[in-house]
Amino acid sequence: MDLVLLFFIFVLAAFLGLELISKVPSQLHTPLMSGSNAISGITIVGALLATGAEEQGSMGMILGFVALVFATINVVGGYVVTDRMLQMFKKKGK
Amino acid sequence: MEANVLINLAYVVAATLFVFGIKMLGSADTARRGNLVSGLGMLFAVVVTLVDRSILSYTWILAGLVLGSAIGLVAARLVKMTAMPELVALFNGFGGLASLLVAWAEFEKIRGMGWAAYELAMESNAIFSGFVIYLAMFIGGVTFTGSLFAYGKLSGKLSGTAIVFKGQKAFNLLLCVAILGIGIVFTWGSDLELTYKLFLTGMGLSLLFGVMGVMPIGGGDMPVVISLLNSLSGMAASAAGFVISNNVLIVAGCLVGASGLILTVIMCKAMNRSLGNVLFSGFGASSSSGGAEDDREPKAISVEDAFYVLEAASSVVFIPGYGMAVAQAQHVVKELAELLEENGTEANFAIHPVAGRMPGHMNVLLAEADVEYEKLLEMDTVNPMMPTVDVAIVIGANDVVNPAATDDESSPIYGMPIIEAHQAKTVFVLKRGQGKGFSGLVNKLFVMENTRMIYGDAKSTISSLVNELKSSS
Repeated sequence: MDLVLLFFIFVLAAFLGLELISKVPSQLHTPLMSGSNAISGITIVGALLATGAEEQGSMGMILGFVALVFATINVVGGYVVTDRMLQMFKKKGK
Repeated sequence: MEANVLINLAYVVAATLFVFGIKMLGSADTARRGNLVSGLGMLFAVVVTLVDRSILSYTWILAGLVLGSAIGLVAARLVKMTAMPELVALFNGFGGLASLLVAWAEFEKIRGMGWAAYELAMESNAIFSGFVIYLAMFIGGVTFTGSLFAYGKLSGKLSGTAIVFKGQKAFNLLLCVAILGIGIVFTWGSDLELTYKLFLTGMGLSLLFGVMGVMPIGGGDMPVVISLLNSLSGMAASAAGFVISNNVLIVAGCLVGASGLILTVIMCKAMNRSLGNVLFSGFGASSSSGGAEDDREPKAISVEDAFYVLEAASSVVFIPGYGMAVAQAQHVVKELAELLEENGTEANFAIHPVAGRMPGHMNVLLAEADVEYEKLLEMDTVNPMMPTVDVAIVIGANDVVNPAATDDESSPIYGMPIIEAHQAKTVFVLKRGQGKGFSGLVNKLFVMENTRMIYGDAKSTISSLVNELKSSS
């Protein structure tokens, strides 16, 4: 893919990310962090490609598999723990 | 080709869901739905990737997904709310590790086919590929070991104090230069055997750097480090996205990197310090860190006497800190607050943004104890009403209530916004012993005329107050 285009996307995403979170109530700092942490597990996509597209038993495939396990823990654990936290907050004030 | 276009379109949808998810996480009413929206985006991205035609076998993919999900689910379900900070740090480290491994796997592919063939097959530039592989490995590695070290500190497996040794800065600088130097040779090197060795060396040094970077940072600065590591894990994913030329990794990773950076800045502002100061000063390691001396002795008060004061008070504010988390006192504190309310006393909580060891730490603890959200007041709300408060009860907080931050220019924490507990008519400070706070500073609040210390374990102190109140009513 065109390198310049990738950079273009990167820069735009950076500005978007900076604009997205301006004033967050401190109550939400932990869930925001843990929720965005789960998103950073998007590297799971790279791990899937490395695991599935490489030759069976090759070094690349093994590394991909290990990456897949850790990325999945990051993603699943991250979303579930964030949800648990927010559920706790939700009960309040009702 | 057709499939590829469809996959990329699907990635656009996933990225959009992430954007909305993060946006919604920033506001209390929509936060939970926001998390679901972003989770949906993730699910979508994963499912779509599975139909990529370059995937040959699904056996190991299935095994990896099942194994990872099982571990993640069990860990997230079983963890106690109080252990939340360290779990988030651990997950964060895993994300960094995964990005490192993805970059490494791509490098193995290159080792298998040679640079020239790789350039042709991927329509990429060898120097650029080398650069981003090294970059993803570096950021991922630092995130991994840095988060592991932070996990150790947060869970109490490692000492929470800053570890500083002579020549530490020089050593870290040398480490930086070495990592950078190796990276340059790696990027422009074409000999596969040599670059492989360089890659492994660079990886070893990056992993070491993660540990060395977090080591000199004291416990009270952890909120900054945790949010910075969170930002880095996003950047690592983004770099990995450049490695495999994948849009959704670049965008999602970058979003996390940028929003994590904002949170880091918020944390730094709450301490009135720059990021550089937090990272490199080794704050809290030295006990002779300046500040005016004060030879007045703190005055202690017994639990019974404290009870009489509380019974007569018409408004009380609790100011929790890390000590409350350590003593696991949040449930009894909530009980005490309820009893006080029944007694006709107004009871609120004042939350400093950097109280505890991670952003929003106190909020999580008190929410776990079922304290109503409306009772948690932020610093700006609570400070103006402080002079009308009868009793401020400081529970295991120290620097965030140190008046030296407002009036002692020689103090290292001068300028840091604090909760002005000293303005209250009476201040009770619950403290384990007579030691200093994590910053090693003498807290002026403790020796003020209107302050009374209650020494001992916060949980048992509060429990006895609760019992006194119960028996009196």
